[in-house]
Amino acid sequence: MSKRIDVKDLNVYYGKFLAVEGVNINIDARSVTAFIGPSGCGKSTFLRTLNRMHEVLPGARVEGEVLLDGDNLYAQGVDPVTVRSQIGMVFQRPNPFPTMSIRDNVLAGVKLNNRRISKSDADALVEKSLQGANLWNEVKDRLNKPGSGLSGGQQQRLCIARAIAVQPDVILMDEPCSALDPISTLAVEDLINELKENYTVVIVTHNMQQAARVSDKTAFFNIAGAGKPGKLIEYADTQTIFSNPSVKATEDYVSGRFG
Amino acid sequence: MATATTTIARKRSALTRGQLPSYAPWAVVAAAVILAAAIMALVGFNALGWGVLSAVLFTIGLVTWSAAAEGSRKAKDKLATCLVVGSFLIAVLPLVSVVWIVLVNGLPGLVTPGFLGTSMNGISGLQDNTSVNTGSRVLGGIYHSLMGTLLITLWATVISVPIGLLTSVYLVEYGNDRALARAIRFFVDVMTGIPSIVAGLFAAALFAAISGPGTKTGFVAAVALSVLMIPVVVRSSEEMLKIVPNELREAAYALGVRKWRTILKVVIPTAISGIASGVTLAIARVIGETAPILVTAGFATKINMDVFSGWMSSLPTFIYTQILNPTSPANPGPSVQRAWAAALVLIIMVMLLNLGARLVARFFAPKTGR
Repeated sequence: MSKRIDVKDLNVYYGKFLAVEGVNINIDARSVTAFIGPSGCGKSTFLRTLNRMHEVLPGARVEGEVLLDGDNLYAQGVDPVTVRSQIGMVFQRPNPFPTMSIRDNVLAGVKLNNRRISKSDADALVEKSLQGANLWNEVKDRLNKPGSGLSGGQQQRLCIARAIAVQPDVILMDEPCSALDPISTLAVEDLINELKENYTVVIVTHNMQQAARVSDKTAFFNIAGAGKPGKLIEYADTQTIFSNPSVKATEDYVSGRFG
Repeated sequence: MATATTTIARKRSALTRGQLPSYAPWAVVAAAVILAAAIMALVGFNALGWGVLSAVLFTIGLVTWSAAAEGSRKAKDKLATCLVVGSFLIAVLPLVSVVWIVLVNGLPGLVTPGFLGTSMNGISGLQDNTSVNTGSRVLGGIYHSLMGTLLITLWATVISVPIGLLTSVYLVEYGNDRALARAIRFFVDVMTGIPSIVAGLFAAALFAAISGPGTKTGFVAAVALSVLMIPVVVRSSEEMLKIVPNELREAAYALGVRKWRTILKVVIPTAISGIASGVTLAIARVIGETAPILVTAGFATKINMDVFSGWMSSLPTFIYTQILNPTSPANPGPSVQRAWAAALVLIIMVMLLNLGARLVARFFAPKTGR
């Protein structure tokens, strides 16, 4: 199921503006990798290049390679839609589809693509995905109620259930807990720990404690100044980054001296 | 052990200021109405002048009293309240009076048996003269015009909604502020402002070129109306599609859903309540058009259910011809009665459409609840 990601010399541009420069990173399968760094340093932009979601913004383009188990996402003739169906994404703000019920939200990836699915298969998929997102017990009696009626934390777990229902190889999370209260955050963090048994998880976070709690490896991004490109400064085991970083800027950041 | 209690001497609170008694506005109303009546009695009474004068006197009286008792801030507040309420009354007055006049003049015709179910076929000056002379009920009705209005508007909607909706989808989802999108936006704005008779002449000229001069059918009228309707549909749907949050599109893309499916199954369903009510309001906008129908569908007295051949009547053109060319020039009374009743039917239709727009919006609105 899960696949590894290798990035080689990646530059990300918005029009002529170089947003992220020269990223090389190897992300293991079945692991949790956290991206940390100050605001505006390009970690979200970089995350979005991993499933070609940055292309939604006009003028965005990349140079370099992103290999998913050796296949370049940016090779000629690669369909971004195929890429996105293998690399799912969870966003900063929970965004369930307001017109759909909880059940339909989970099945969105199947139904929106008009794939035929029998009712029993659909029921099984809904239960499996919601259980995978630790939400089944809370919503099993109201699957036909609208998804927007759930609390923020439940909505975010619903979005995670929706992402894993399409059975991706990799799940990208862009600050998934920044709009949630501490208890919902805990629920999502527990979930991330369970997800890594089956999936490769990459998470962007502003919360260093969260990075320390959930991730196996941590990447620190930084920016030299306004208008300069963001760069990957250091990438190592989470333990190393937080206790014994080799770069001064990383140490300053994780010890709270700036950022 | 002694308990120390402090008694605060009662005095006037430093936090309050003078207040008008609660009966103040009513007292001022009474005084203003009586005073205005007295003044009007001196110069010659008329109801409108009395109302206006009462309002002015009320404002002056209340503001002066408030300034004396409560201070200038409260007085300014009262003055602003009076101006706002006054403007509202002025704005609502024409509306109420239109509805009232049409109701009073239209009801006798509307309740005449057969008015909604018969056409004007075979009704001539002879019948009208008889009904005036003998006092029998007015014959003839609007069935042909009602059906004409419904059919022409239906066809106009069938033409306009797909074109308008697809245009707005292009503008919002694919246009990206390109030169073509900007040009379309500009021309849609221009089209919103073209006089309706020009749309009628355009459709008449178009069909004269296609199927010979003098082609007047319901379909030509529908084309003319759709020229008026398309810009309204484009504009309202564009606004509705714009307010669909980008996060929903991204959520769908991230699930590996293609763009056209995202638009069809996420964006449009999310915006459908606004789009539907926009379409309904666009229909309400064109249903009362007279001039373009007169030059494209002519006017008929017989029932014609075929929009592709033959002249057709509609409610506005029916009203127009009944008033301008009464069926019996000697006794225009029955024609005038029919025209007012048709006007009442038209207003009821527009009101029902507006009501329908609200129901549609509520029906399609994203569901909430736990």
